[in-house]
Amino acid sequence: MRGQTLDDEILLRIEKPSRYTGNEVNSVMKDPDKVDIRFAMCFPDVYEIGMSHLGMQILYHMFNSREDTWCERVFSPWTDLDQILRREKIPLFALESQDPIKIFDFLGITIQYEMCYTNILQILDLSQIPLYAKDRGAGDPLVIGGGPCVLNPEPLAPFFDLFYIGEGEVSYPALLDTYAAMKRQGRSREEFLYAAAQIPGIYVPAFYDASYGKDGLLESFAPDRPGVPEKVVRQVVADLDQAAYPKAPVVPNIKATQDRVTLEIQRGCIRGCRFCQAGMIYRPARGKNVELLKQQAREMLESTGHEEISLSSLSSSDYPQLRELLDFLLEEFKTAAVNISLPSLRIDSFSLEVMSRIQDVKKSSLTFAPEAGSQRLRDVINKGLTRETILEGAREAFLGGWNRVKLYFMLGLPTECPEDVRGIAHLAQDIAGTYYEIPKEQRQGKVQVTVSTSFFVPKPFTPFQWAPMASPEEYLERVALLREEVRGQVNHKSIRYNWHEADVAALEGFLARGDRRAAKVLARAYELGAMYDAWTEHFRQELWTQAFQDTGMDITQYTQRRRDVGELLPWDFIDAGVERSFLEREWARADQGTVTPNCRQSCQGCGAARYKGGVCVESKS
Amino acid sequence: MKVRVKFEKYGPARFMGHLDTMRYFQKAVRRAKIPVAFSSGFTPHMIMSFAAPLGLGISSSAEYFDMELAEDVSSGGLSSEELSSEELVCRLDQEMAEGFRVVGARKVPEGRKHNAMALTAAASYRVTFEEGCGLTAEDLEGFYAQPKILVEKESKSGPKTVDIRPGIYELTAEEGESFSCIMLLAASSADHVGPKMVVKALAAHLGKDLRPYSYTVHKIQVYAAGCQDGDPRFVPLESLGEEIR
Repeated sequence: MRGQTLDDEILLRIEKPSRYTGNEVNSVMKDPDKVDIRFAMCFPDVYEIGMSHLGMQILYHMFNSREDTWCERVFSPWTDLDQILRREKIPLFALESQDPIKIFDFLGITIQYEMCYTNILQILDLSQIPLYAKDRGAGDPLVIGGGPCVLNPEPLAPFFDLFYIGEGEVSYPALLDTYAAMKRQGRSREEFLYAAAQIPGIYVPAFYDASYGKDGLLESFAPDRPGVPEKVVRQVVADLDQAAYPKAPVVPNIKATQDRVTLEIQRGCIRGCRFCQAGMIYRPARGKNVELLKQQAREMLESTGHEEISLSSLSSSDYPQLRELLDFLLEEFKTAAVNISLPSLRIDSFSLEVMSRIQDVKKSSLTFAPEAGSQRLRDVINKGLTRETILEGAREAFLGGWNRVKLYFMLGLPTECPEDVRGIAHLAQDIAGTYYEIPKEQRQGKVQVTVSTSFFVPKPFTPFQWAPMASPEEYLERVALLREEVRGQVNHKSIRYNWHEADVAALEGFLARGDRRAAKVLARAYELGAMYDAWTEHFRQELWTQAFQDTGMDITQYTQRRRDVGELLPWDFIDAGVERSFLEREWARADQGTVTPNCRQSCQGCGAARYKGGVCVESKS
Repeated sequence: MKVRVKFEKYGPARFMGHLDTMRYFQKAVRRAKIPVAFSSGFTPHMIMSFAAPLGLGISSSAEYFDMELAEDVSSGGLSSEELSSEELVCRLDQEMAEGFRVVGARKVPEGRKHNAMALTAAASYRVTFEEGCGLTAEDLEGFYAQPKILVEKESKSGPKTVDIRPGIYELTAEEGESFSCIMLLAASSADHVGPKMVVKALAAHLGKDLRPYSYTVHKIQVYAAGCQDGDPRFVPLESLGEEIR
């Protein structure tokens, strides 16, 4: 029997001990003496969150399909175990072998949101690995970061040996081959990093120098030695049907946030909403072959025993064979009582029909994401959703038996004025009004419209990467304005309004568009005790305020300043596929409120066509 | 047909809580393609019920759950000729992760009052103390000889003093490297005495300060009320029902 790093006494003292015992169905055990590469794959948040992430499952199985590699998992220990590990000096360990992370060859960290950055430092710290890459040497794991946040890796640059820019399926085989060969030859860490920097998509931050001008802005950014590429190119899977996919995903021991099979039907999005980073950095939109999806659905349900399957994509309605796939799933798994969940659907008669087949109308609610309250502002952000479409969808849904509607908006979008904010309340009112236009005998009790607002955070590689954020105070003023406007509506009793905190948004904005100097603030905040910042109950603004003070950094320089299109941005050295000229064009069009058609309607020449995949080639074949 | 499955839980699985264990077996039943019955309604549930929950950290040789098989067993890719206790055990056991073993499956009578949970009347445990705990067989005898054993129990209306002595059916010391004892305790919904409760009362009786994690608990068997092998009170749950051949 495998041992446990934590003894019974510790396991019984902490919450949910099976977060740390491993041993899950479909987890992979290997003989450490028979592999060349030990890879610890980390999601820097708690087990239930990390185990819900599809990307990690894909890479876990891809790595473990190599005979020379054993890939294991590690997550952030919850605060209770965190304290015990620190006090008793127990090094953080991998779930499978229970071996300390510090003896691994690689520690790979997937970075999905900015507010987990302090948890990355927690992982390094608890693993007893030096926080800064410059302090690591022979014997320390190579720390590599990936995921959407590394499209601007700069605030994290000093803590990582390498970053992988783009989709992991593409260049990891070359990276691991190179590592295995050089390890056998007894080559040094530095030699490996130099070789790795030649591999497409690999960024070794230590080989680049950044300098700043008198105005405090980034002045130059370039390799510090020959042979290191000036531009790091985002890696993209051209044909998803050929890409690695987990036939047997690991089944979590405790209920994960997503306790189900995730079937990725499509990667990328054709829509081009100007605030949406995913819509830009996963281009081109690529759908998977429907027959392959049917087979993968069957394999994964059989290998896991999950009772639910979720179809994953940025915009399910844009997947051309959605009806065929759903008909198949409904028919095939009817007797096995498998639930189907289908997020990110646009509300129209097709989706309403689908939804009434896969869920209980009485218990579910409709979700619209208009993102902005007025048509003018929706045109600015290129959200091709009109008031008429929303009201028509809502009307049909009400006739179909639904009576709960959720609406998602952002406050603080570029060019937003008070009229746009009030428009949110008006749209909610119009939806409630639509309900009461229906004859009483056809209605199901009262309607409930829930309005949620978050604060807009500009992200790299979007047309809004130059946009200023409003101050937290301004954000809260807009919340107050909207609250008041909601109260003034005829059906205000049917409208509920929720909003997010403003402080976190500012920090997210800082970390999203920060440069290398942002790392100082991050390190200081962690030192002061910041951790689990993505968890409202653990987020402590005062620690961050202190960290900015102690490091003499000004957050507003990063968040509230409108950046000039001529400015050198910290992430400009990355070639993300979408070209800067396209983003500049879109930024200008946003200013004019001009809508840009989606990729299927007409190609805008964004630059992603060079990957020769998905929507960029489908019209031509 | 209602089938009662017996399984063991040990090693890393001891740290999986009751709800997670239920979820674990629901998924295992699906992987094993057992033709299980589902409730009707928009979100059908597997018709499955567990006997008493097992406390975190406790290992067990005798955990039970009941499941209702579908009328048409062929839905799971199993012909009615193939359906046997042996086949069910084999299929399920193949799906087990380390720390779980499926060891039995018997056909049991239908109906709520025959549920594993409703039937459970008593459970036996072995409690092993760490070396140097200083406990002796005499300590145990003295403790058990008391006419009343009063303990504080949490109830809805605040802490309450109850006498657990009537719920301790047997308490005997066991020979071995470290001190251990066997307990047979009440385990029905009306009357329930947990092994930890007994250990706590024993420590209090002896005026000893036992560290909370200085002993391990292993569940040996679960009993229903009845008469078997000369014991007029209890029969092991697994002896109820019949083998499917």
